[in-house]
Amino acid sequence: MTSGPMRIGLKATRARTAWLFLAPSFLVLFAVALWPLGRTFLFSFTDAFLTQPDLYDYIGLENYFTLFEDPLWWQSVRNTLYFTVISVSIETALGLAIALLLNARLSGRGALRAVILIPWAIPVVVSARMWQWMLHDQFGIVNHVLKLMGFIDHGIAWTADPDLVMPVIIAVDVWITTPFMVLLILAGLQMLPKSIYEAAAIDGVSQWRQFTALTLPLLAPSIAVAVLFRLLDALRMFDLSFVLSSNSDDTKTVSIYAREVLVNFQDMGVGSAASAAIFLMIALVTAIYLTVFRLNRKLLGA
Amino acid sequence: MVHSTTGRRLQRIAIYGLFAVIALYTLFPFYWMIASSLKSGQAIFDVTFLPDLKFNNYKVILSDGVFLRSLLNSFIVATSVVALSLGLAVTAAYALGRIDFAGRSPIMFLFLAVSMFPQIALLSGLFEMIRWLGLYNSLGSLVFAYMIFTLPFNIWVLTTFMRSLPRQIEEAAIMDGCSPLRILRCIFLPMMGPALISTGLLAFIASWNEFLFALTFILTDENRTVPVAIGLISGSSRYEFPYGAIMAASTIVTVPLILLALLLQKYIVSGLTAGAVKG
Repeated sequence: MTSGPMRIGLKATRARTAWLFLAPSFLVLFAVALWPLGRTFLFSFTDAFLTQPDLYDYIGLENYFTLFEDPLWWQSVRNTLYFTVISVSIETALGLAIALLLNARLSGRGALRAVILIPWAIPVVVSARMWQWMLHDQFGIVNHVLKLMGFIDHGIAWTADPDLVMPVIIAVDVWITTPFMVLLILAGLQMLPKSIYEAAAIDGVSQWRQFTALTLPLLAPSIAVAVLFRLLDALRMFDLSFVLSSNSDDTKTVSIYAREVLVNFQDMGVGSAASAAIFLMIALVTAIYLTVFRLNRKLLGA
Repeated sequence: MVHSTTGRRLQRIAIYGLFAVIALYTLFPFYWMIASSLKSGQAIFDVTFLPDLKFNNYKVILSDGVFLRSLLNSFIVATSVVALSLGLAVTAAYALGRIDFAGRSPIMFLFLAVSMFPQIALLSGLFEMIRWLGLYNSLGSLVFAYMIFTLPFNIWVLTTFMRSLPRQIEEAAIMDGCSPLRILRCIFLPMMGPALISTGLLAFIASWNEFLFALTFILTDENRTVPVAIGLISGSSRYEFPYGAIMAASTIVTVPLILLALLLQKYIVSGLTAGAVKG
């Protein structure tokens, strides 16, 4: 062992190295995330316009009043929450089912696991275009097949009908992001100890009981993390709605709303207020989710 | 005994049936995209399941200078983001993963929190910053902005990886008085291949696909990236919508990603799960 003072000197040098090595990343993240976030909050109390962001006066909470009096803002909040809850629920259920299926030791599951990665890996814009074409009211393959099977006699305007466009967006999102759920849940499944299943099989515990009494509780943390990731992603959804149904108020998300005010109307004040409100909304959802998750864990004694 | 084997066989058939359904559900849209891109002119409006193998749409889209340019732009942005974010993340991960110093946990927490920021919340502040840096309407604006979602994630994954390596490997080098940069380069980098491939791939895919910033910070066609180029293609009327060209462009953009996903599946999955399970 080296002597005391030398070790302390070494430790101090190492700590200096650590700060030196962290400095570039810290600087970049400060410039690209922390500072802009602070400026967004600041702009939300001003009457700034995008064309001249350095000329502004403070106007207190006026932008927030404007925002909260706009029915379209509230509609986009409802749209976003509705989209998030429904799509994440379906994706979790479907992801769990497919992950259990892929966990069975059968030949061909490796190939299938590679295949399901593809919808997740390609740009959302491309997926949106692909489905837009398949769902075309006159020439789309979906309407064609439905007609052949005798379900409908004239084409359905999937992305133009106000009652259908949200379910369509949710369906496409399920197609895009279920793979992500499957992979995360599958990773959780593969970490479960095999021995407890062997013991359960020897004791004659039925497969369904094994699933509800062993797999689900043990898998809960993996699922909870996957759901949190999806939740954060769904709450800020932008591109799918933008490409698939750009002008529809029925699928306008809060991100689309905020960008429209900021860029199209050049209103930096109200746009920033909307952005700040979205930030607080997502922070709140995350905080509630993590609190409930921790409480659950404590109650279960894990 | 006989009963149970037929039962098992039925179960197996059922599972393979479900495999087939999942594969069809996942892949048919791609088949349809490619098949549609290979039909020319009016043929795209007839629903036939077999493609014509006509390459007119590809000729149209590839002779379009703007599309080729956006393909190149996407490639430049994605590779620059990978290089920059990995370079920064490796040094930061060495500090966080191998050095015990006060303030390490709060910094890890800060990086994790930043990775959860919704992009839209930064838009107006980032707009101002990008103008101030003189990067507006240039590819540099995107390389800079994409650090938000690549850098914290890469730091997080590489830090957990570095921490999992045994303590002893660098002790001798420290005692010999090797500089930290030398230790990083000569001892750690050679061991980090798989982790670097995972994080690099995910950063590449995320940058290649990003839409919101690319739509907002780029003004002119020649600086656009591919997702925006495809997102903004439109016809003069609903009936002249150039679906053939859009499907051809989509196929061109998608094929490299499909190859990456199939060939490097292992790395993508391990990167995703390292980020999620341990995070």
